[in-house]
Amino acid sequence: MSVRAEELERLEPAAAADPVPGFRRAHEDPPWVRRLLIGVALVFLTGFLLLPAAAVLWEALRGGVEVWLAAITQPDAWAAVKLTLLVAAIAVPLNTLFGVAAAWSLTRFRFRGQNLLLTLIDLPFGVSPVIAGMCTVLLFGGQGLFGPWLQEHGVRIVFAVPGIVLATVFVTFPFVARELIPFMQQQGKEEEEAALVMGASGWQILSRVTVPNVRWSLLYGVILCNARAMGEFGAVSVVSGHIRGLTNTLPLHVEVLYNEYAFRAAFASASLLFLLALLTLVAKKLMEWQQLRARTAWERAK
Amino acid sequence: MGGLTPSRARRGVLPGFGLSTGFTIFYLGLVVLLPLSAVALKASELTLAQAWDIVTSPRALASYRISFGAAAIGAAINTVFGVLVAWVLARYRFPGRSLVDAVVDLPFALPTAVSGIALLAVYARTGWIGQWLEPLGVKSAFSPLGVVIALTFIGLPFVVRTVQPVLEDAEVEVEEAAAVLGASRWQTFLRVILPTLVPPALTGFALAFARALGEYGSVVFISGNLPLRTEITPLLIMTKLEQYDYAGATAIATVMLVASFALLFSINGLQAWTRRRVGIAA
Repeated sequence: MSVRAEELERLEPAAAADPVPGFRRAHEDPPWVRRLLIGVALVFLTGFLLLPAAAVLWEALRGGVEVWLAAITQPDAWAAVKLTLLVAAIAVPLNTLFGVAAAWSLTRFRFRGQNLLLTLIDLPFGVSPVIAGMCTVLLFGGQGLFGPWLQEHGVRIVFAVPGIVLATVFVTFPFVARELIPFMQQQGKEEEEAALVMGASGWQILSRVTVPNVRWSLLYGVILCNARAMGEFGAVSVVSGHIRGLTNTLPLHVEVLYNEYAFRAAFASASLLFLLALLTLVAKKLMEWQQLRARTAWERAK
Repeated sequence: MGGLTPSRARRGVLPGFGLSTGFTIFYLGLVVLLPLSAVALKASELTLAQAWDIVTSPRALASYRISFGAAAIGAAINTVFGVLVAWVLARYRFPGRSLVDAVVDLPFALPTAVSGIALLAVYARTGWIGQWLEPLGVKSAFSPLGVVIALTFIGLPFVVRTVQPVLEDAEVEVEEAAAVLGASRWQTFLRVILPTLVPPALTGFALAFARALGEYGSVVFISGNLPLRTEITPLLIMTKLEQYDYAGATAIATVMLVASFALLFSINGLQAWTRRRVGIAA
């Protein structure tokens, strides 16, 4: 979002308005160029974003609200929702904890190997979800590295819930760290150092200075992490075994229904995930507004 | 309280260095490095000749062609339209701008399986757009074009989101100076604005390409999954896993991982270049 332009409009409404009708500033484009570019952008985004989004809702609700309700309250769908929530409830806090630790280490200290560590944190972004799932199978599957030992002890990871959790943790690993690190870098560590001088302990600095300062970017990282955790498909698909009512997450449930030509039910379940995506986008917008407000308040105070 | 040793002063005075760095490295090792090293370990069970046969089999070669080709085309489409959308969002005010700005992130937020069936609903033979393409002889689903459509969708936000902040932070005074010096608007765009957009656009291209290369969920519904024709590499890996051919899957996965990691390192380099060039974090 154009934080800068909106800030300008807020601070100098007169400067943003046209001084003379028909007058065009040197950095503005002719009206026909504007219209053409806006038109092309809208057509492109309609074909690739709006129509697919509308299609999900249309297909989900085409049979009426009763059909939709019946589809999402089906026991298998319900079990899938519960499993999806469970997986996210484990994966997201773990990766949030990691994100805070990694951001603290990488932005509050200088040490050798820092850049390497930063690159390694990004690795899961470069790994295909299918390969992420495959890694879990190679470690814990029947022929895997720890497979025989696990079998002896009667622990089942692949084709069961723990495998789904592990694959999801891998895929969503960088999200919180990736959001926090640039933000904390930009903020600098003066406030924390001031707190230290005033006698605060490490945990006090973290909980009373750092976390309140970064709360919006932390929250956004958590929301992104959660969206991916609940929506992950490829990685989970490899390790789940697709056992209905047991190891099907919501995205897998959508696929199973679709492949059985149960299109109404598939789109009904998909619409729940679509809702999750909408909430994520709304949360992002809210966060940007918060940051804009904080920035304008700060400008005024100056 | 003890005095600061020189090394501690250089590192930083805040507490928690050992704990946070230790936990970061431990968790990284456990969650990311250990699983990835399992791939290397499994791949090393194959002799070089065996591995070569697997990764250069006609089916594997065809899958690289479609995966790399479609990802590159999708990322190229996204670079052109991404710069355009970023320009429109950063420079123009129009009704609904805020909404458009928000929906650009939809491919990030939407689970890929949902994207897959949604795109199919639009581009299948009977779909909203597909039914108009069909009489023109364009088969948009279950064809390589379908793969391109899915990968374009998945990579759409990257270029917009890397170029947009650069445009928003650009000084309009520079453009005014160009105009004062007699440049036409088009000349100003080509010679003054465009050069600053090259690094972020390239970064966006690489990010979109990397994401598209590994994509699975949105593609499998719309591609039709025909071996040699529309089978992407991640799907080939999946097929081999389902047949319990772990060695084969690992060999092909290694090819993908090497390509993705090379991309990741070049993206890091590109981002550093962007920072030097325009002076902001991209």
